[in-house]
Amino acid sequence: MSSWHEFLTMGGYAAYVWPAYGVALGVMVLNAVLPSRRQRALLKELARRAPNNQELP
Amino acid sequence: MFVWFHKLASPPYFYRLAGRLAPWLAWASLIVILAGLYGGLWLAPPDYQQGDGFRIIYVHVPSAWMSLFIYVVMALAAAIGLIWRMKLAHAVSAAAAPLGAAFTFLALVTGSLWGKPMWGTYWVWDARLTSELVLLFLYFGYLALHRAFEDQRSGDRAGAILALVGIVNVPIIHYSVKWWNTLHQGPTVFFGARADIAPSMYIPLFIMIIGFMLYFAAFVLKRLQVEILSRERHTAWVQELAGKP
Amino acid sequence: MNSAALVRRDLRLAYRRRGELATPVVFFIIVTALFPLALGSEPQLLRRLAPGVIWVAALLASLIGQDSLFKNDYEDGSLEQMLLSPAALEWLTLLRVLTHWLVTGLPLVILSLLMGLLLNYPLDSLDVLAGSLLLGTPVLSFLGAVGAALTVSLRRSGMLLPILVLPLTVPVLIFGAAAAERAMQGEPVAAPLYFLAAMLVLAVTLAPFAIAGGLRVSLES
Repeated sequence: MSSWHEFLTMGGYAAYVWPAYGVALGVMVLNAVLPSRRQRALLKELARRAPNNQELP
Repeated sequence: MFVWFHKLASPPYFYRLAGRLAPWLAWASLIVILAGLYGGLWLAPPDYQQGDGFRIIYVHVPSAWMSLFIYVVMALAAAIGLIWRMKLAHAVSAAAAPLGAAFTFLALVTGSLWGKPMWGTYWVWDARLTSELVLLFLYFGYLALHRAFEDQRSGDRAGAILALVGIVNVPIIHYSVKWWNTLHQGPTVFFGARADIAPSMYIPLFIMIIGFMLYFAAFVLKRLQVEILSRERHTAWVQELAGKP
Repeated sequence: MNSAALVRRDLRLAYRRRGELATPVVFFIIVTALFPLALGSEPQLLRRLAPGVIWVAALLASLIGQDSLFKNDYEDGSLEQMLLSPAALEWLTLLRVLTHWLVTGLPLVILSLLMGLLLNYPLDSLDVLAGSLLLGTPVLSFLGAVGAALTVSLRRSGMLLPILVLPLTVPVLIFGAAAAERAMQGEPVAAPLYFLAAMLVLAVTLAPFAIAGGLRVSLES
């Protein structure tokens, strides 16, 4: 790969290569962010119920 | 050694261990993937047949590899969970399944995006892509069954049995689809199959696969923490953990 | 409840619930009859599609019959009886699936001859079509039974069963339809039929363990 321009156009296949990498980025970022958000939400929910945890589970 | 194995199986210990390991693995995977991308997208020469279009390989092949690897991990965890009745092993299957489904979906999308310039259509009933599609259905089956149970313990064990039945079927499905493919359509030369690709092409491929493995390790641990919390929500250590912000 | 008693009981129950057992058969006929309505009645076209259509219809029909396999026994408690009986659960489930196949799968095999006529399938190859179904439908019954065992304790398992089981039936469909198609074109049919037979042996030996495991899990919840 010599020039920046060639890199962007991907030798004419840009319309297939970049969407593929875009989807990959999206899927992997999503799967990286989701677990932590769910962890925080779960901890918050448990914390909210923690003080009076006499109630039946 | 057994003490270490036993300690590993205790949820609070594993929860903290996962919490410590995950960030390191995540950063490592980012670095390795960037290196792989640099090697694959910039350094590697264009293919004499497919030009720069072949570069989709650096995301397609690793995700296809991960989709199968994760299913094997799920089946192993399922077996361990059923044989030694370890809740944590079932939690691993439950944590890995969504990631496996994501990689299978990714392999299908990138495969079809690759098919368009090479064969003119977005979907080719190629043996590998077809087995990948069936694998995606197997993942959906596991996820649907696992979620259908209110009682998490039964959901785990039912999912584990389905994962084991699935892993027995994966090779059978793969070879019957391959047989079916040669029956209806000559063996299409799918890029990955050719062995003569230059080292500068397949070295980035291995780097990308390692990067994806690290990524999986990092975020299956993250998901595992969530699974442990939801399974142990009534235990003291979770209440205490949730108590202090 | 020893084995012979179980088989007799199952057959008597099946006889008593004839109406319920007619469902897969009627479903098979209707689905097969839909295709000419959808694709037109041009004989050559129907002939070309006949093997695939008959096999997909048989596959779906055998799946329809699976949901009730353990459901009734689960509700009236006789499933616990099966678990508690001295005979191995795997053996009892093997018998249960085979008797269930006798009353749901076998009718499909016999009816496939009729369906072949409907779709202008060549008469001289009907034996291979029925033969492939004879080998294939028991495998479908075993795979369906695994799904039924895993979902017996769930209320709305009817929708879940196909999602779990259909991916597993892909090899059976591939070799079954291939055998029926090759017979039509006069090509040798030994290979796909042998593959079907191999899958049948695999299903008979392995599936009961998964079914028994599934029942134990479902009954614990």
